[in-house]
Amino acid sequence: MTDKELKLKSVYIRKTLLKYIYKAKAGHTGGSLSCTDILNILYNRVLNVDPKDFKNPNRDRYIQSKGHCVEALFVTLADRGFFPMSDLEELCSYQSHYIGHPTKKVHGVEQNTGALGHGLPICVGEAIAAKLDEKSHRIFTLMGDGELPEGSNWEAFLAAAHYKLDNLYAILDYNKQQITGSNQEVMNTDSVKDKLEAFG
Amino acid sequence: MKNDVCYSDNPVKLVAISAGVSYGALGTTHHSLHDFAALRAINNITIVAPADNFETEQAVKAAIAHEKPLYLRFGKKDMPYLGDSDKTFAFGKGRIVREGTDLAIIANGETVYPAWLAAKKLEEVLGIQTTVVSMHTIKPLDTELLEQLAKNGRPIITVEEHMVYGGLGEACASHLFQKGYHNPFKIMAIPDEYTVTGSQGEIFNHYGISKEGIYEVAKNLLKN
Repeated sequence: MTDKELKLKSVYIRKTLLKYIYKAKAGHTGGSLSCTDILNILYNRVLNVDPKDFKNPNRDRYIQSKGHCVEALFVTLADRGFFPMSDLEELCSYQSHYIGHPTKKVHGVEQNTGALGHGLPICVGEAIAAKLDEKSHRIFTLMGDGELPEGSNWEAFLAAAHYKLDNLYAILDYNKQQITGSNQEVMNTDSVKDKLEAFG
Repeated sequence: MKNDVCYSDNPVKLVAISAGVSYGALGTTHHSLHDFAALRAINNITIVAPADNFETEQAVKAAIAHEKPLYLRFGKKDMPYLGDSDKTFAFGKGRIVREGTDLAIIANGETVYPAWLAAKKLEEVLGIQTTVVSMHTIKPLDTELLEQLAKNGRPIITVEEHMVYGGLGEACASHLFQKGYHNPFKIMAIPDEYTVTGSQGEIFNHYGISKEGIYEVAKNLLKN
């Protein structure tokens, strides 16, 4: 896929997720729009995953820590062929599996998430397991900067450095916003690069 | 909560908002249906779930004056109006919102309203007189009122927005059974499964925590 095609796909994902959030009258619009490019690039350039062979033990693992931005994930997965896009017509409706957070009941979702500060710790465990099994697959998580105040993240960063987990990729959607205001107002996450480098 | 608040006897007031399945469509990570069970197991805590605006106002005022660990559970949607009900409130004292001698329904939080509606329908359709109690304080439980309700042998139904294990129903059943009461008894709560998704109302209806659902359970319990 060319860079231009990838850019156009991001536009398509954004338009589509807005359509389904509007229809459901539920969802997290800002966060989903914010992480669309990251998901698009991950699923169309980076991750070794196959909708037809999703349980392949050698697949890369993607766990979405900022689970509330599930609409961007669902649309990206549908576009990648994990399930028909039309399934999202039932987003957030009674008895649907397409709920407001990632669930393994949806094909292509690796882990149930939605409680913040959990994605990275789970990925640390997955990365240690991959090392123990002498596997070469990679583990990715997408975090929001608004979830950094969760203390579990910092325990996980400490463990990731301690175990030298070079198979672990923590991506931070650094949009400087969270639900009740800017990070600077709610909980300052400035100098995050310096903080993480200090962990080793 | 166990170590820093209850064990240390610090007068912390933990206030929960959007409890139960208030965020129904957001899925299990956002369903809070285990709080009564987890907290009831801790010593030295008062657990309160108000049913209407009156109880909410009273509970907040009482919480400010309360110098012990306290858990206050609120829902998300507007509180219902429970008619011209009794206007007395104290932690640890159940509030009778309707009186009748044939049946007792004990509920708390946002389930008191459907229980109250079911009691009205039971009277209108079947002539059954039901006492409905808002057992807003689940710990310490109003055991005196509980035993008064059980004394004439009438069936008892408990209703709660919580898992079937460890909540209001089990607290009532445990006390009554140990005191030798054997009234027909039914716990209405969320069963031991990962809850269906949908709005709070859809989830309530799915599990029968509704005017119609409680009415049907009451009717069947009275038949036996």
